[in-house]
Parts: sequence; structure tokens; C-alpha cells
Amino acid sequence: MSKETIAVPAKPKKEKEPLFSPKNKRLLFDPLNDNNPITVQVLGICSALAVTVKMKPSIVMALAVMVVCAFSNVIISFIRNIIPNRIRIIVQLTVVAAMVIIVDQFLKAFVFDVSKQLSVFVGLIITNCIIMGRLEAFAMSNKPWPSFLDGMGNGFGYGLILVIVSMIRELFGSGELMGFRVIPESIYKMGYFNNSLVIMPPMALIIVGILIWIQRSRNKKLIESK
Amino acid sequence: MEHFNIFIKAVFIENMIFAYFLGMCSYLAISKTVKSAVGLGLAVTFVLTISVPVCYLLEKYVLKAGALQWLSDDYKSVDLSFLSFIMFIATIASIVQLVEMIVEKFAPALYTSLGIFLPLIAVNCSILGGALFMQEREYASLGEATVFALGSGVGWFLAIVALAAIREKLRYSNVPAPLRGLGITFILTGLMAIAFMSFMGISI
Repeated sequence: MSKETIAVPAKPKKEKEPLFSPKNKRLLFDPLNDNNPITVQVLGICSALAVTVKMKPSIVMALAVMVVCAFSNVIISFIRNIIPNRIRIIVQLTVVAAMVIIVDQFLKAFVFDVSKQLSVFVGLIITNCIIMGRLEAFAMSNKPWPSFLDGMGNGFGYGLILVIVSMIRELFGSGELMGFRVIPESIYKMGYFNNSLVIMPPMALIIVGILIWIQRSRNKKLIESK
Repeated sequence: MEHFNIFIKAVFIENMIFAYFLGMCSYLAISKTVKSAVGLGLAVTFVLTISVPVCYLLEKYVLKAGALQWLSDDYKSVDLSFLSFIMFIATIASIVQLVEMIVEKFAPALYTSLGIFLPLIAVNCSILGGALFMQEREYASLGEATVFALGSGVGWFLAIVALAAIREKLRYSNVPAPLRGLGITFILTGLMAIAFMSFMGISI
């Protein structure tokens, strides 16, 4: 499912490595383009599409995923050597579920209206494939600090697509950005209409499809062979 | 009649994939051939129909505010609903494990063709999504929750088999190179979702 391109070999000796060595930087920035969780690895699409009608909930969602992804990566990475292999999925799910409960309670306490808009999709972060995928593919075999960066990077790559899609949908669907009107009244008077199809669920899929198209035509090595 | 209505609504109008995008990851990854799509669709339907009613019982007798009252009146004010995520996912993960063991024993061919994706049903969003929607919509009885789960499963099954059939044909067509594979699949799903929107508002 996930096309692994970052394979970080175990370090042979204990040598002091700077916090942001080139390798670590790559962990952080690779997921933005070459190894984007949504458009390349095809992970975590489920929640990505449903929350992107408006920008505000999608930014909140992106932050939530980033936090959960980074911290559950760190926790799993700390205990990776004592997890019995047979039950590792359940252990991972428990850690992620605990993190998501914390985030959910936090959202309910501080941004209740957004939490209501996101409804079940906060809970669905648990089954967000990005998080499980990174835990399985990265945190289980790497040290805490690189795992943290990897989690942040992937959360960021996910958030980037979310923000782009929601920007397009909010701008064309309701003429607003972050709840502020950007398309002036005079244009409406000239006969411009909000495109209500963009708000409908199907358009989210088509927009992501088009984003993939654009990305792959700029980045030829991502093109799939027949 | 109410049950039938919930079923139709779950299959067509509030289709897990076309209206809520749940379970998209495995939907996109396994829809290359019809045969494995049918297998995965059946597995998802089966797991949904078992796990959602179990979660319903959990919700009703353990988690909801005041749900523990059947133990004794002292527990009237206990509200465990913040635990629901962890309880639901644990239930689902163990049911998936059970299904995996059963399939491995009785249908080894299916087991090998599903490969890694059977354990991944545990993290298939549509299962947890079904449980959470059940919680949010507060179905009145166990029957309604079961029918809803069955309907969602059937809807998911329909969607993945339809997409797999289209993708099998698509292999012979000339798609622009950057759009090949993932991109065209997204757009196809979008078009199918637009078609499914025509069911909106049907009620029996």
C-alpha cells in the first residue's frame, strides 16, 4: 500500500548527530511533495475529503492529525522494543486512540463549534491510514527523534493537501476564505454565482484527482507504469 | 418499514464511500480486479454487520451517560462516553482478528488473495465510521442499528465492485500518463458519486 522510499538504515555506531542533519531534514520535507501521504502514498484519504468544505475545520483537522501522528510515533518508537510482534496492531491502536481522545477533549473544550462540524471525523483519526502506516513503516524501526520528525512531516504533507483542497472549495463554493467574503458583491451583481457543485462531496474527489494530475505532470518520476 | 427505509438510505443516499469517503484507502488499493474486490467487500460487510450491533450494545449498557444504571442507582451519574473511541476500536480489532482466523480456516484461497488487507480492515475507516455514526444518530433499537450496518456494508460492496469493474475495462483505454492509475481513479469515483447523488431524497 505505502510505497516506501525513505529507508533509513540503523546507525552502526553511537555518534552525535545534529538535530537537523540533512537526513532528518529530508524526513521532514519529503512528505510535502515526493512522498506526499495523500497524493503519492494514497493514505488517509477517508477523512481528507470529508472535512474540506471550509478552510477552518480542515486546518483544525490537519493540526489534529499532525499532533496525533507525531506523538504516537514518538511513543511507539520509545516502546518499540518491548511490543510483542503478534499484538502490535492492537498496541498501536490503543496508543493512537488514547492520543485521539486527548485531542478530541481538547477540541471540545476550546473550539466547540469546529468540533461539532468535524463530528465523527475526529474519532476517525484513529483509523487514519497515515498514522497506522507511519507507525508500522517507520516508528517500529527508528529512534524517537527521527520518528517525531517523520510524523510531523507526514502530518504536514497531509495538511497541505487539505488546505489546498479546502481553499479551492471554499473560494468557488461560497466565495469566502476562512469565513471572510473575498469575492465582492459587485461581481455577484454582474451575474456571478457560487458554484454549489463544488460543495458537494463528489467534487472533493475530482479536485484531488486534478491535483494528482498536476503534481505528476510536474514530477515525472511519480507517473505509474501501465 | 422504518427498517427498510434505513437500509435503502444507508445503501444509496448515505453511501459510505460516495457521501462520506469512508474506507477509501482500501477501496482504492484493492479495486484492481473484480475478484478481490468482491472478497474485500464481503469481508467489510460481514465485519460491519457484526461489530456495529456489538458497539450499539456497549454504547447502550456501558458508555452512554447514565447507561450503567442497570447495575445500581449509585451509577446513575456516570458518563463514560469519552471512552467510546477506545472501546469501539478494541471491539472492532478483536472481531477482525476473529474473522481473519475463520477465513484462514475455511477459505484459504480467499485468505491468500486478500493478503495483508484482511488485518487492515481493523483500520478501515468504514467500520469505525459505522460505529460512530450509529452513536451520533442514536438509533432507537438494536434492529435499526443492525440494518444500518448491513446497509452500509452493502453500499460499500456495491461501490468497490463497480469501481473494480470499471478499472478492469480502463486497462484498455489510453489515459494521459500523469493521470494514469491513481488520478483517474479519483476522478472516476467522483463521477460515480455524482451519479449516486441522484438518489438523494428518496424515501419509502
